[in-house]
Amino acid sequence: MKGAEIVMKMLERHGVEVVFGHPGGAIMPVYDALYDSSVKHVLVRHEQAGAHMADAYYRASGRVGVCFATSGPGATNLVTGLATAHMDSSAVVAITGNVATSLIGTDAFQEADVYGITSAITKHNYLVKDVADLPRVLTEAFHIASTGRPGPVLVDVPKDVQLAEYDGPLDVEVDLPGYRPTYVGNARQIERAAEAIRKAERPVMIVGGGGQAAPEAVASFVAHTGIPVITTLMGIGAYPAGREESLGMPGMHGTVTANRAITNCDLILGAGLRFDDRVTGKVSRFAPNATVVHIDIDPAEISKLVKAHVPVVGDLRDVLPRLQALLPRLDIDPWRQQLAAWKARYPERWKREGTLASQEVIQMLREAAGECIVTTEVGQHQMFAARLFPTSKPRSFITSGGLGTMGFGLPAAIGAAFARPGERVVCVAGDGSVQMNVQELATLAKHRLPVVIAILNNGMLGMVRQWQELFHAKRYSEVYLADSNPDFAKLAEAYGIEGFNVFDREQAQEVVPRALANDGPVLLNFYVYEAEKVWPMVPAGAGVDEMIIGDQEPEEQVREEVPA
Amino acid sequence: MSVSRHVLSVTVRDQPGVLLRIAGLFARRGYNIESLSVAQTERPGLSRTTFVVTGEDATVEQVTKQLQKLIDVLTVVDHSGSDYVSRELMLIKVSVRSPDDRVEIRQIAQDFRARIVDVARQALTFEVTGDERKIEAFINQMRPFGIVELVRTGMVALERTEQVERTEQGRGRAKAA
Repeated sequence: MKGAEIVMKMLERHGVEVVFGHPGGAIMPVYDALYDSSVKHVLVRHEQAGAHMADAYYRASGRVGVCFATSGPGATNLVTGLATAHMDSSAVVAITGNVATSLIGTDAFQEADVYGITSAITKHNYLVKDVADLPRVLTEAFHIASTGRPGPVLVDVPKDVQLAEYDGPLDVEVDLPGYRPTYVGNARQIERAAEAIRKAERPVMIVGGGGQAAPEAVASFVAHTGIPVITTLMGIGAYPAGREESLGMPGMHGTVTANRAITNCDLILGAGLRFDDRVTGKVSRFAPNATVVHIDIDPAEISKLVKAHVPVVGDLRDVLPRLQALLPRLDIDPWRQQLAAWKARYPERWKREGTLASQEVIQMLREAAGECIVTTEVGQHQMFAARLFPTSKPRSFITSGGLGTMGFGLPAAIGAAFARPGERVVCVAGDGSVQMNVQELATLAKHRLPVVIAILNNGMLGMVRQWQELFHAKRYSEVYLADSNPDFAKLAEAYGIEGFNVFDREQAQEVVPRALANDGPVLLNFYVYEAEKVWPMVPAGAGVDEMIIGDQEPEEQVREEVPA
Repeated sequence: MSVSRHVLSVTVRDQPGVLLRIAGLFARRGYNIESLSVAQTERPGLSRTTFVVTGEDATVEQVTKQLQKLIDVLTVVDHSGSDYVSRELMLIKVSVRSPDDRVEIRQIAQDFRARIVDVARQALTFEVTGDERKIEAFINQMRPFGIVELVRTGMVALERTEQVERTEQGRGRAKAA
């Protein structure tokens, strides 16, 4: 069997249904083997999009996403996608062709040191120089990508290795003495965590992306203890939004309630999160009075940024039920009342007259869509979506949190649609971001996926504009797009996708339900208020207690509102 | 936050690229390496690297955790806090300007148990082994004569046997946890 056939056989053995990729010279033997394989292939228009699709495929399903690219430019195009997956702990296996081993290191045509380039942005990577290593390497790649803290693994296969014959066994035992993730939490640490939580009067739980794999454990823990829950951008859906215990998102564009809860709490139970700087703001002002209990599967995240008083290394699915068993329902009514009062006092607000507002478009989408998968691009619309369109199901709010990759949302919608056929996908996009992978309209058109792309078009790079308005004396440097944006409806039509330009409220109310009733892809281009800002906001470098609630409304005296 | 010097022994699988990964990790996260040495061990397929790093204890703890995360890293041992033996090897070429110098240089070298490995009219080359202090002292002694060039291997270290308090962290298990 040729190396290329081994690649396809190993994918089949790992249950891979679909690969996102783009062929080229150095990976042609694999594409030749693909021709006879049962694995479906989605031809992307840019390799970066293929990596995002594989990433979103994993995030939506929990099954490893796979992408292919050729050597050199094909592989370097994957870089942003791999870095995105790496930052957000997404299980992706990327297979790249490379020039023949005899040419490696000679600056051959379409040669790049892909192994070197990707070693910093993958969980692990391989350059396979001997066809006999392929079964082992691919087995390890799937194992490493999907276990412990998930992450992307790249396997670089030179063309002569793809063509070489090998008749050895394909079944290989994984033997990685340097890789043994800890799933079971230390019993003594769990007891210490329980003691700390029992003593707390104002506890709050913060659930991050790790919660996406453990929604039942989180829900059961919260139902049992009654602990209030904050979900980070990556944790949206790990606990349903809108419940009494849900306080929303923390951090830079978090809710007033979540940030005040952090400032005033006496205990944080961090579950599957890494205390990213967008969550903590200035670390020295983050939860100044709190005992921090931190549960994470990655020991390197413990005390990396926020010191953990009680660290527990393990899988939430193991640790949370065991912790729950040691706890009663928490007697914290005054704290819950305080949180409810803040929630009531600071509802989501936006202007409702004049030009269409991004927030009301998102509201309309949410009402019309019901249960669905949401993907986003990166920018203001992403924050509006996180606040106003949080899903109640896990693995359903798919966004580039760590790397903040513009161009993620559209390919992610396609990847998610392949992961969960039959489910509606709404891609909330901005007019800036969507253009970074807009070529994928072709992929979307070809597969007629049930994706609604909602562009909140303010003719601006809105988030950059917001920062320029607030922190750069309104010097709007290079953020204006309106004079050269395409007619997005026509652009969609050019690809054979239905497209609508939406100019006002009445039109929006009519078009949105109609678009969401459609089975195929639709692009909606909403012209929205250009100077909209995302509030509240914690300025970069400030503490979450220094949040600006809205125009002319600085956060005042938060600490004095602590319940007695 | 206390800043101190740490000697880390890292056992790695002999895989291509493992050093690239370790060096990349140090560079990317801004950790400073004072010295680094790598060679094979008694176990085939495994190499041992010895790092000397200076930093805040919390930073060094991060270093060890990040090293542990690498798939090809088997164990990370931080020797600080336990008793260990450390050695370094240096080759040093000292200029010889007069017969008197030659006698004096050879006398000092004998005191240091330095071996002559190359003899020439204008220079003597020595091999010196020892802990860091001995190496530094020898360099200082030779300085007045004129050091032509020198090369050091960087420190290697082993824990002393009588005091087997292992700080070795099991893979994926933080010291703190």
